[in-house]
Amino acid sequence: MLKDIPDQDSAGALVEFRDVSYSVPGVAAPIISGLNLTIERGETLVLLGESGCGKTTTLKLVNRLLLPTKGKVLVEGRATADWDARRLRRRTGYVIQEGGLFLHFTVERNVALVPSLENWEKERVRERVRELLALVGLEPKAFAHRYPRELSGGQRQRVGVARALAAEPPLLLMDEPFGALDPLTRTSLQREFADLSRRLGKTVIFVTHDVREALTVATRIGLMHAGRMVLLETPEKFLASEEEHARAYLETLRVGEGRVRDRRAGRHQ
Amino acid sequence: MSAWEFFRGNWADILAHVQQHLLLVLISTSIAVAIGVPLGVLLTRHRRLRAPVLGLANIMQTVPSLALFGLLIPIPFIGGIGRSTAIIALVLYALLPIIRNTVTGILGVDPNVREAAVAMGMSDRQVLWQVELPLAMGVILTGIRVAVVITIGVAVIAAAVGAGGLGEYIFRGLRQFDNRLLLAGAVPSALMALIADFALGTLEQRFDASARRSSKNRSVLRRIAWASLALLVALGVWGVWRNSRRAASEPLNRARVVVGSKDFTESLLLGEIVAQLLEARGVAVERRFELGGNLAHQALVAGQIDCYPEYTGTSYVEILKHPPATDPRAVYEEVKREYAEKFRVEVGPPLGYSNDFAILVRGADARRLGLKTISDAVRYAPTWRAGFGQDFMSRSDGYAGFARAYNLKFSAPPREMDLSLTYRALASNQVDLIAGNSTDGLISALDLVQLDDDRRYFPPYEAVILARQDSVTRVGALREVLNLLSRAISTEDMRRLNYDVDGNRRDRQTVAREWIRKAVTSDK
Repeated sequence: MLKDIPDQDSAGALVEFRDVSYSVPGVAAPIISGLNLTIERGETLVLLGESGCGKTTTLKLVNRLLLPTKGKVLVEGRATADWDARRLRRRTGYVIQEGGLFLHFTVERNVALVPSLENWEKERVRERVRELLALVGLEPKAFAHRYPRELSGGQRQRVGVARALAAEPPLLLMDEPFGALDPLTRTSLQREFADLSRRLGKTVIFVTHDVREALTVATRIGLMHAGRMVLLETPEKFLASEEEHARAYLETLRVGEGRVRDRRAGRHQ
Repeated sequence: MSAWEFFRGNWADILAHVQQHLLLVLISTSIAVAIGVPLGVLLTRHRRLRAPVLGLANIMQTVPSLALFGLLIPIPFIGGIGRSTAIIALVLYALLPIIRNTVTGILGVDPNVREAAVAMGMSDRQVLWQVELPLAMGVILTGIRVAVVITIGVAVIAAAVGAGGLGEYIFRGLRQFDNRLLLAGAVPSALMALIADFALGTLEQRFDASARRSSKNRSVLRRIAWASLALLVALGVWGVWRNSRRAASEPLNRARVVVGSKDFTESLLLGEIVAQLLEARGVAVERRFELGGNLAHQALVAGQIDCYPEYTGTSYVEILKHPPATDPRAVYEEVKREYAEKFRVEVGPPLGYSNDFAILVRGADARRLGLKTISDAVRYAPTWRAGFGQDFMSRSDGYAGFARAYNLKFSAPPREMDLSLTYRALASNQVDLIAGNSTDGLISALDLVQLDDDRRYFPPYEAVILARQDSVTRVGALREVLNLLSRAISTEDMRRLNYDVDGNRRDRQTVAREWIRKAVTSDK
């Protein structure tokens, strides 16, 4: 899978943002400004921030859904502008809320999408679908021929992850993938997913506004505010950070926990 | 004979008309889909084109169908009379719902799904074919269903330009006051529309992606839907096959003549007589009958028909735009000269009778009030209502001049209606005076009385056959038939022939055949 990568220092950075800005014509404030960021192979970088801070835009700059208006985004050492867009996207798994599944495709066809686009042999595709469904915890026999409407939210999300992994991309982009799930399902999926990506050695860029989720899945957390990266730290250092936005996020965490503690205490009295 | 017996006795003919009708619908909706869906897709890609194209399609649908046919006829290559004009008009009507629903369906696809498709590395084309079109299919099919149902209805009008179909029964039924004919046209077309609506509606659900489930629930309803659709298509295809076989079996070296006629019984009868006489002389004849308004003239000049029956007064006033004149001889000569010059059309010798405008009142009124001439009626007119065909209302030798010449005033402006309906309206006391045709068989059948044109207002309408000069040169038999018909039909003859069809409800082919056998000695 990695043999045709042109980059020399392939052992290190998989994605690199070099002084990247992105703005929309007619809108004064840039959505992203002066972003410098290096994403190493095998890490799970979580982009954390409130709505409109530019985290989804950052993600879309990686698989060339958007091109930077200034600067360069390098994937495997090559600027996204120089990549063949389709080739780049097929090497990049993409998961969005609700999975972005095709309602008119069965689970099997949804998962098989990229391998089919890449003209894999039928038998190999089928084998791969079975493998992936098992990997994300869905019994292949029971689920392969169902349609997305017949699945629960959590099951749909698992299919979304399986689809993103199908063609063995080195890189996964995830945009609030678990956002629409109930808290219990979400927590168990977060754990499972963190395990899985570590096991498969995938590089992941993960967008969320949920600090708890960030702490669960991240190897590094990039905190964004108004189009800028204000903090880039490991979860441990993030927890100890004195940066004002980070503190604000951590405060929400403490309020929640505090209340839980208070209640428990109250009940014990 | 009841409607049911009529259906049983004529089922083969009705089936043939159903097939023609289906064929028109199948061809025109197929073309409309082939144009409309890609156009709709294009509009989703080019936002700026959307409003003008949809607006144009919208306007297309508001043009009355007969007017659209009229506009298409003079256009070379695509226009003219017959199936192609009808199909073009039907396509134009069917386009709007198809384009609009394609646009709505594709724009209605969840943008997240579209983005996911792009992010998976699908090309624009793959996004369109594998994601957008399948997800929009339900909405697009709704558009197609609407288009098909509209087309089945509008195709009835196609008979007016000689495209055949069930409209022939309806037009004929209106003309001959024959409810059985009306039913023979209306019932099958209504059934067709219902079947198509039901079948396509059921299939839409199958393509509704948002409701898609894995259970292979092949309901009985859906099977019936597929079966009835298949039946409709098969019927249409069978029609094509039969047509092509018939065409193929005709020897190529036979002379071919296309005989036209206007859309009333007398013209149809004359056309049929000409056609049968030609056939008796080994000529392959194609009948393009029932051409409304000035269609027959336009078709003749455009070379789409070779000949049709006409009246000198109509040619003189309507086509050549002369003020009405009263001398039959002078009118005939002038028409003959100008037609040769302007249209390269030969005016055949007079057939021997004229079909003038006949001002008609109920026999009971005429006897009670002692009415003989139009002047006698002038003093009663202010309490009367009049009903006239569209033709009489609009032509220059029609109502306006007539009212002026006799200083006629009615209680209300005349009701404008279909000519064939005016007889019925008069007989049933809806109106008190109408303008019919002097040779109309219904005059005696409905006990109507023709008032004498004592001020000689109406120009003479001598019946003649008009034929293209090149056709007469090309087909010797055509010249022979024109000469044969010279002074061959009297006014009495014509009235009787008309009544045989309109009053006695007899088949016009048979009536024509009998007249030929009796009157044309050389054709016994």
